[in-house]
Amino acid sequence: MSPTPFIVLSAILFTIGSLGVLTRRNAIVVFMSVELMLNASNLALVTFSRANGNLEGQIAAFFVMVVAAAEVVVGLAIIMTIFRTRRSASVDDASLLKY
Amino acid sequence: MIAFWILAPIMVAAALGLLFARKAVHAALALAVVMISLAVLYAVQDAPFLFAVQIIVYTGAILMLFLFVLMLVGVDASDSIIETIRGQRVASILVGLAFAALLVLGVAQVSFGTVIGLDGANDGGNVPAIAEILFTRYVFAFELTSALLITAALGAMVLAHRERLTPKLTQGDLAAQRMRDYAASGKHPGPLPPPGVFARHNAVDTPALLPDGTAAPGSISRVLAARGTVKSAPEIAEDIKALTGEDSTTTGAANTDAGGQA
Repeated sequence: MSPTPFIVLSAILFTIGSLGVLTRRNAIVVFMSVELMLNASNLALVTFSRANGNLEGQIAAFFVMVVAAAEVVVGLAIIMTIFRTRRSASVDDASLLKY
Repeated sequence: MIAFWILAPIMVAAALGLLFARKAVHAALALAVVMISLAVLYAVQDAPFLFAVQIIVYTGAILMLFLFVLMLVGVDASDSIIETIRGQRVASILVGLAFAALLVLGVAQVSFGTVIGLDGANDGGNVPAIAEILFTRYVFAFELTSALLITAALGAMVLAHRERLTPKLTQGDLAAQRMRDYAASGKHPGPLPPPGVFARHNAVDTPALLPDGTAAPGSISRVLAARGTVKSAPEIAEDIKALTGEDSTTTGAANTDAGGQA
């Protein structure tokens, strides 16, 4: 099967994820949208791996997953800390550095 | 091929659900649908190792972590619709659509040549083949990920740690504090009334009734009140009428009385 439909699906998912990052205000939902973008890029990597006939793409997708896991742990800890001090999980409320 | 055309609409719909869901828990569930469908697409594309890792790491670990934090932060923490920067939503939707058009048109114009497929690379099995590359050519990157994971674990521990600044309150301190509150503001020192006391229903979502027929606000969990699932006194009065099936003047008067006060 041609890789084009997979890449198009990956592009659509990436766009939806970036729209989520731009429009949503809840920090946890913004974080989930980032995860959606990472997953979309993984799909493209796996598809190109199959198209090119070597496993380098799958290795890259594996490393993306490892980095995403580390990122989620630290990011959620930061969200928890901000929520504890400011009682809010909105990305707009943490704006003290602006003033 | 069939799997792709079945799963692609589901994935796009679930991703849009992530975008439009009002509650963060619904967004998390939509993300779970996308991730499991992605795992199946990996399996379709000769990547059984990534299929297992996707389900175990993403759906099993990362998404459960998201749900844990959602429960800690509070399920009722929904999004606000107020825009901080005026016109940001419209602008971001326009930029997003332009980005999607750019990507899709660009991909559609590229020809990827003939698909080689992974039958040759997966000759001795997918997992041994991946292990061979991972532990020869990418072994240094693999070692670095261990450093990354240790750093992430330490960072999470440091960020989540909270120093205790005041001494821990003992039971005696709490009792003394309660009596001080009673002396200062007349706050009742005893326990809060449990839900359902003196009411028709002995349920957690039914407030206790005070002797004058009004609902006692302290008897209901704050979480239930925030979710809006608390039964009000007039509603219960209607329930009584339906249960007993009588519409006598005495119960009717009592019902209107309770409704007026609640």
